[in-house]
Parts: sequence; structure tokens; C-alpha cells
Amino acid sequence: MTSANRREFLKGAGDTIPLILGAVPFGIIFGTLASGAGLSFEAVMGMSIFVFAGSAQFVAIGLVSQGAGWLVIVLTTLVVNLRHLLYAASLIPYYRKLSGRWKFLLSFGLTDETFAVAYARYREKDDSENKHIYNLGSMALMYLNWNLCTLVGLTIGKTVPGIEKWGLDFAMPATFIGMVIPYLVNTPMWAAVFTAGIFSVALNFLPHKLGLMAAALAGVTAGMICDSLNRRQGVKHG
Amino acid sequence: MDELYMVLGMATVTYLIRYIMFPISGYVRFPDLLERSLEFVPPAVLSAIIFPSVLMPGQGALDLSLENPYLVGAVGASLAGWFFKNILTTIVTGMVLFFFYKWLVIPAIA
Repeated sequence: MTSANRREFLKGAGDTIPLILGAVPFGIIFGTLASGAGLSFEAVMGMSIFVFAGSAQFVAIGLVSQGAGWLVIVLTTLVVNLRHLLYAASLIPYYRKLSGRWKFLLSFGLTDETFAVAYARYREKDDSENKHIYNLGSMALMYLNWNLCTLVGLTIGKTVPGIEKWGLDFAMPATFIGMVIPYLVNTPMWAAVFTAGIFSVALNFLPHKLGLMAAALAGVTAGMICDSLNRRQGVKHG
Repeated sequence: MDELYMVLGMATVTYLIRYIMFPISGYVRFPDLLERSLEFVPPAVLSAIIFPSVLMPGQGALDLSLENPYLVGAVGASLAGWFFKNILTTIVTGMVLFFFYKWLVIPAIA
């Protein structure tokens, strides 16, 4: 690895550290609850190693403990993770130059956190050719941490009495709030955030987290409408 | 065995969702409007996850009361984020406030 590449890799990992702070309790509580749901050690570790999708894994163990069949769980995973389709779409222009092997590798690690960190890097104005290495650094740290925390939950977490009532699950919304705030720079963004939020609460009764996707699309639409209105006004006055 | 099908199935659909856009993007030209809308994707998706987990903790009913530590923690995190513009400060403030409130304040007022 050249020193420029090493710098990008370490910067990607470094910029991901604040998000790790939230992912640690989330991963530990996942490992703890998963063993309580009746899954084998191999199945839980297998999920973190091969699926690598925190919220979908959480929903899956909820379904396991309700006695759902594997096909229902797989289909629910599909719906919960549909949002990553939107993430991938946002990255297309930046991945276009990459080789097939890089696309293959980086898309495996397209979590909420790594997407947010890497997307910000890709949009920076400098013309570095190594932004995908930054992306890899973020992904590597998230992956290592997620698997380590799952393991801690599976082994140590389940021996701590009452750990599931501590409220460790608050780490996820706290982290995501930290990720959303920097976007709130104009009216269309505020509209997108609050529309998505209100719709997600109103549609929370929908099965299999379908409300999440519908609310996200409502938020994007609200942002677009607001943006178009702004542009039109800009034309009129300017 | 069911566990194996579950893990393999989840891994396959998750990977396909994350990957599929890249091979097809060479053939499909996205309309300008769609491309412009993508900048709203991250905040909209994250908000759709944040709001229910904070306002309806534990998959329960809407809880807008001061006895909801998730709401108090989230408001604190948002204010910290807004004033300090730093993600680490946002997360730490939110978590400290949440645990302080959940373990010390709520038992005292309840």
C-alpha cells in the first residue's frame, strides 16, 4: 500500500470512530438478545459475518423469538434493507471508475454508517483517486467492530443479568441523530427530515417495517418539492 | 436446516440489494430529477429510523411525555449536535443524558 493509500484508509477508519461508539452497545445488545432468542452460536455469528446489517439482524431475532419461519425472515430482511438500494444509487457516479472487484467488495460493506461517512468523502471537492480506499477503511473498522461486539454479546453479555433493560438500544438513534444534523443546512433538508419522521411514526403499524421505506420516500419527495419551489422563486426574483 | 437457510437467505438478499445497482447502472440512465433527489436519501432514511425508535420506544405506543428517556436523550443529542457541530459530542451528550435521566431522574419523579 502506498503512503497516500494508507492515509486514506486510516482517515476512513478514523472518521468512522465516532459512529463506532454507537455501534458498540448496539452490537453487544444484538449478540445478547440473539442468544436469548434461541439461535445457535454459529447462526448468530454467521449473521454478523455474512449478512452484516445491524437493523435487519435485530428484526430477524425479533421474528425468530416470535416463531417466524426462515422464508418470512428472509423476505423481511429484503424489505428492511431496501433502503440500501437508495444508498447504492447515490454512489453510482463515484463507483463508475472502479473495477468490478472493488464494486463487489465495497457493496458488501454498504451499511448506514459507512455509507454516510464515505458519501461525504466522495462529495469532497479534491480530486483524490483514492477515495475508495477511504471507503474501505470505514467498512473494515465497522465490520471488525460489529463482529467483535456480537461475540462479546454472545459470550459476556448474556451472563450480565438484566442487560437487555439497560437501554443500550438508545445508542442507535443517538448515533443516527449525529449523522443527520450536518444535513440540516437548508429548508428542503428540514422538510425531508421532518416529513420522513412524521410518516415513519404514522406508518409504524405497517408489517415488516414497510413504513420505514414509505416514510423515507415521503421525506425525499418533500425535500424535492421544497427544493423545486425554492428554485422557482430564485428564478422569479433573481 | 432452518438456521442455515435463514442466514444464507438473509446474506443473499442483503448483498444483492447493496450490489445490484452497480452492474445495471451502465445500461440505465437515471432521469435528472431522480439524481437530484438522491441527496435527500441519507437524512430521510435515518430520520425514518430515528423518529419511531425515540417516540415509540419498545415498539409501543406514541410516548411524548417527560417519562420517555428516549425522547429526552434525543432532544439533548439534537441540541448538542446543533450547537457543537460535532458528531462525537452529539452521541456522547445524548447517551449520558439518556442514562442519567433513565436511571436517576425517572425513578425520582415516578
